[in-house]
Amino acid sequence: MSLLQLTGVRTNYGPIEALRGVDIHVNQGEIVTLIGANGAGKSTLLMTICGQPKPASGTILFDGKVINDLPPHETAKLGIAQVPEGRRIFPRMTVFENLQLGATLGNPAHFDEDAAYCLDLFPILAKRRDQRAGTLSGGEQQMLAISRALMSRPRLLLLDEPSLGLAPLIIRLIFEVIADLNKTRGMTILLVEQNAYHALKLAHRAYVLAQGQVVLEGGGAELLANPEVRAAYLEGGSH
Amino acid sequence: MAITIQHHLKGSIIGGLIAMVLAVPFIGLYTVSTDQGLVVQTRWSWVVWSGVMVLVGSLAVALLRDVLSARRAGRPNRAAGTKPKRDDALTAKLSKGFAIGITLFAITLPFMPFSDRYIMDVGTTVLIFVLLGMGLNVTVGLAGLLDLGFVAFYAIGAYSFAILSTTLGWGFWVCLPLSGLIAALFGALLSMPILRLRGDYLAIVTLGFGEITRIIILNWQSFTGGPAGISGIPRPSLFGLSFDRRPPEGLTSFHEVTGISFATEHRLMFLYLIALSLVLAAAWVIKRLRALPIGRAWEALREDEIACRSLGINPVASKVSAYAVGGMLGGFAGCFFAARQGFVSPESFTFMESALILAIVVLGGLGSQIGVVIAALFIVLLPEVGREFADFRMIVFGIAMIAIMVWRPGGLLSQRIPTIRLSSIKGEAA
Repeated sequence: MSLLQLTGVRTNYGPIEALRGVDIHVNQGEIVTLIGANGAGKSTLLMTICGQPKPASGTILFDGKVINDLPPHETAKLGIAQVPEGRRIFPRMTVFENLQLGATLGNPAHFDEDAAYCLDLFPILAKRRDQRAGTLSGGEQQMLAISRALMSRPRLLLLDEPSLGLAPLIIRLIFEVIADLNKTRGMTILLVEQNAYHALKLAHRAYVLAQGQVVLEGGGAELLANPEVRAAYLEGGSH
Repeated sequence: MAITIQHHLKGSIIGGLIAMVLAVPFIGLYTVSTDQGLVVQTRWSWVVWSGVMVLVGSLAVALLRDVLSARRAGRPNRAAGTKPKRDDALTAKLSKGFAIGITLFAITLPFMPFSDRYIMDVGTTVLIFVLLGMGLNVTVGLAGLLDLGFVAFYAIGAYSFAILSTTLGWGFWVCLPLSGLIAALFGALLSMPILRLRGDYLAIVTLGFGEITRIIILNWQSFTGGPAGISGIPRPSLFGLSFDRRPPEGLTSFHEVTGISFATEHRLMFLYLIALSLVLAAAWVIKRLRALPIGRAWEALREDEIACRSLGINPVASKVSAYAVGGMLGGFAGCFFAARQGFVSPESFTFMESALILAIVVLGGLGSQIGVVIAALFIVLLPEVGREFADFRMIVFGIAMIAIMVWRPGGLLSQRIPTIRLSSIKGEAA
């Protein structure tokens, strides 16, 4: 059974239908990518999984449990960690304090080990440990946002456009870490991306979202080779 | 230079004329009580003088600004916009030193040879405002939730003690925790309708809460005594020892037991020491809370609410607890205030008080406890120092506040001190 299963999920913003019956699933240990144009409903989908906004109909199953009506802090308790779009680190707090907040739901006994793991994953953060997070560069902030989410030892990591506004070299580094997390820790990851090339290369499976509906699905490599996908999301060759 | 003077002169003349127009009702007319009752009289020369003063003053300010900016342009470093680098660790160290210093000073103050009734009285007022500032600092400074009606908690605390003591005859030490608890309950109650509000809207609702509280107190004659207030509130005792010359029934007095000859100063010293211990306890508790998950959640909430949710922090619980803890400290301050004055009336709890407390928190630098202490000293002492200026002291006070905000826009201590600072890791450049 899948770790996360969405069936016929619809989400509205007032009269606007952002999601119109989405069916996706994420299996344990997979990296699943969601690509799509702006306004396709990718971020809405991630936010709906977290519980804000709530779906108007359909079911969201996490580990066999219906989580439709749980608020974000409750879904977080179940082990769903989101790295929100635009990073949203706590700017006036130090890097270390940001990690502490990430561990809000974690077992305190794991804190030292997990902090060491994160600082090892992104050595630059170790150097910046006592620095205000707001003074970090965009890439470092993204690394911090990912680390912060890992501190609670989530079972499912939701990443909302981790490559947003970052330099190509940093993007490559971030994607390497994502792949590594999956490989060495078996982390299950649902990745939302505009950067279709990198995201598809990484993904075990992928969905293409358009106007609130899944229009294509398949293996990452398969979609990468798909002429429709290439035409819509990869023309101009982003490498 | 001549051109710039001419240029500024035009503006200054206009300013002077406007000042004269404004001065007609404010300064030009005054009332004198005669046998026939109040009579309005005029003093036009004062109006002219105020116009001239504004003219000269604004000209001087404009010229001074020219001179300063010319001098600044001469300094290439500043012009290039390189700000002097401030060290976080140094700020932390200085604040800590200052905290220890001011605490020692505050503890020894009542026993100093120069301390008299006046100093004790002003000192106690400062401490009340520090306590209020610390309370508001939890909601505004740490949790980032604006509160323009904080005086409500102060009033609720004061009236809780006043009513409990005059109707049930309960003493200060029983009522102190109760007042805090009641104020905390109201804080939690207030936080319910405003959970979804932010910014301006939050400000309006809290402002309304402050006014509603005051108006209820003013109009609920049978319960609160209305505009006449409540008098005859008992004074605090020290383990059952009273500080009055003739102690109330059932109490022995401090001077009889200790054999120290009676002096009213002892009572003032005692009040001062109670206030000081309340402040120290509050400071310690808040310092501890900041390092606990709940305190961290407050600060995280101020920084980014969406990120908080994604990390599993319950924003509702955090907001409710922030208002409750802030309100509780306000309630303690109110209870102490009632015990000190022996009398409470709605006049003590106007919007002006809320504004002053908020000014203390903002001037001190949001979230900084030492900042609150410095700002409370400043806000209470400056009008005292300015007493010689009589009616003009509030103007002096206002100018000084503006000056601080111009030069230290983030507050006196704008640096946030991390709750945890580890020793440097190996290989890290210090």
